[in-house]
Amino acid sequence: MTSHHVILRVVSKLLMPVIVVYAFYVQFHGDYGPGGGFQAGVILAVSVILFALVFGVPEALRAVPARFAASLAAIGLLLYAGVGIWAMLNGGNYLDYDFLVEEAPGGHAGQHLGILLIELGVLFTVSGSMLTIFYAFAGRVAEIRDEDW
Amino acid sequence: MLETIISALPDMMVANAAPLLVVVPLMLAGICVFVPNGRAAWVLTILGSIISLLCALTLLLQVGAQGVVSYHLGGFAPPLGIEFRVDGLNILFLLLVTCIGVLAAIFSWPTVEAEIRAEKHRLFYAAHLICFTGLSGVAITGDAFNLFVFLEISSISTYVLVALGGTRDRRAFPAAFNYLMMGTIGATFFVIGVGFLYAATGTLNMVDMAERLALIDADNRAVVAGFAFIVVGLGVKAAMWPLHQWLPNAYAYAPSFVTMFLSATATKVAIYALVRFGFTVFAPEYTFEALNVALIFGPLAMIAMLACSFQAVFQTDVRRMLAYSSVAQVGYMLLGIAIGTSAGLSAGLFHLVNHALMKGALFMAVAGVVLTYQGTRITDFAGLGRAAPLTMTAFAIAGLSLIGMPLTAGFQSKWYLLQAMLDAGWGIAAVVIVASSFLAVIYMGRVLQAVFFQAPVNPRKQRREAPLLLLVPLWILTLATLYIGVQADWIIDLVQAAAQASFVPEGVL
Repeated sequence: MTSHHVILRVVSKLLMPVIVVYAFYVQFHGDYGPGGGFQAGVILAVSVILFALVFGVPEALRAVPARFAASLAAIGLLLYAGVGIWAMLNGGNYLDYDFLVEEAPGGHAGQHLGILLIELGVLFTVSGSMLTIFYAFAGRVAEIRDEDW
Repeated sequence: MLETIISALPDMMVANAAPLLVVVPLMLAGICVFVPNGRAAWVLTILGSIISLLCALTLLLQVGAQGVVSYHLGGFAPPLGIEFRVDGLNILFLLLVTCIGVLAAIFSWPTVEAEIRAEKHRLFYAAHLICFTGLSGVAITGDAFNLFVFLEISSISTYVLVALGGTRDRRAFPAAFNYLMMGTIGATFFVIGVGFLYAATGTLNMVDMAERLALIDADNRAVVAGFAFIVVGLGVKAAMWPLHQWLPNAYAYAPSFVTMFLSATATKVAIYALVRFGFTVFAPEYTFEALNVALIFGPLAMIAMLACSFQAVFQTDVRRMLAYSSVAQVGYMLLGIAIGTSAGLSAGLFHLVNHALMKGALFMAVAGVVLTYQGTRITDFAGLGRAAPLTMTAFAIAGLSLIGMPLTAGFQSKWYLLQAMLDAGWGIAAVVIVASSFLAVIYMGRVLQAVFFQAPVNPRKQRREAPLLLLVPLWILTLATLYIGVQADWIIDLVQAAAQASFVPEGVL
């Protein structure tokens, strides 16, 4: 097994960190310009999917367990909704970033923090969901075993 | 009494009731992934549903006091920001969804434990909570695109829930796949329609859209196309007659709990969206005079009432029979909506609420039978009147209400609908209502005859009731059906306020 696809394995090893860095570039660029959690989440998931394609799904499952991917999706959801609740507890409307931190009127710290956390939540949920879907398809085995026929 | 309950709630919750109604179940769905077992997820589900119900009751009081509750998400003012907007029309649906949600959540545990594999319990409840979020979100939002998003949230989780019936009966998989295809086409049509309206008006806020549409020519092609796409898209979701093919199989093979919850809420919420677009976004003058949709909706509704009741008569499976009956009952609601009068709309909405209660009760009783005797064919029901008198009495009362027996809720709303039809000069529709009710007598009669007058085929059937967790919500629904049958004034007030609110979009932004 190890001798196969040397070029593919070497190239994908080289590519993977670049993909991850690019994902985070898209992620943080999303605060001010085109980009954001959706795209970054997909790109981040793609790096793991590429790993799974080249090195096999069991290896990928050892690196990023399916349980972790599913939990990541839920954590992202909780982070997103939690920011909204946090603003609400501070006396603002749901998801009103201005109420996230105490600041002088006209300050934008709350807005910065809010969009950062929200996009992070989207990143977690999208990459977690993409991986979960990938694992569900890639790890599929026949439900009826041969001896059950 | 309501005021004292609400005043006991924290101020933060009262002020933010609108988003909390949607967000609390959504967050609990995320938490469900981390709880240790299915039972904890079940407790969380009940908790979330109850909080949502409390929020809905708070909103009911606020709507009563100030007419329209408008909540600006993120502090961005509409029409640019997303608005949660509650008026007389959607408070009815919020109450319906949350009440059914609480009752369904309470009874769910025994049936889920029996029908779903243990390792999937937590995720099952997470999917249910997300579905609940989506349905209440559709009912609460004041933004057309946001409505689409919530519609998809509820639909996608519904496909999962239906497919989970595959543990018990593998026909659930093709049923879920069919539903996925039909539902996706419906959602696509809806979003295309919203896109056309956005192109024509430049806004997505529904109140703002209504104001701008009033200024546009009635024969504007983009607006007409948008209307058509939205009606067809929502028609699929609401199981309007020729677009209902996904429904019977999905209801018949889904887990019992899912069938009960969906039959009482999912199609109802789609009908809400139809009413919202047909009456509020597009002015009734546009919908009923310029486009004259009564000529399309009316006949389709009548065909549904006759054809699907007729199909229900020939079913051998109780759940399939009830599913076909659901399509027929959607016909009643659409008929009321189709005539375009205030009386007709309130009759349609009245029947919608009653149908949610009685179909909920019927499917809950069937869930009890699935639990105790593992069968849903009519022959499996033989002799159950003696074996499980409490479950089956509730089933019979809800069934009689479906037929339209006097002293039950079904009679009240059918009578109300009949009067609305006669007032509007739709004599044929009145005849169809009566004819469809006769068919209901036949199909319900077949089951009730088996239940009460046939000897049990299976000698093992000793006296075995459904568990108490199921009986209590079942009887709450059944007693509600009886109560509305005797004392319907309060609910008529509610639906008339709803009809009023959909005719006059009060309060600009």
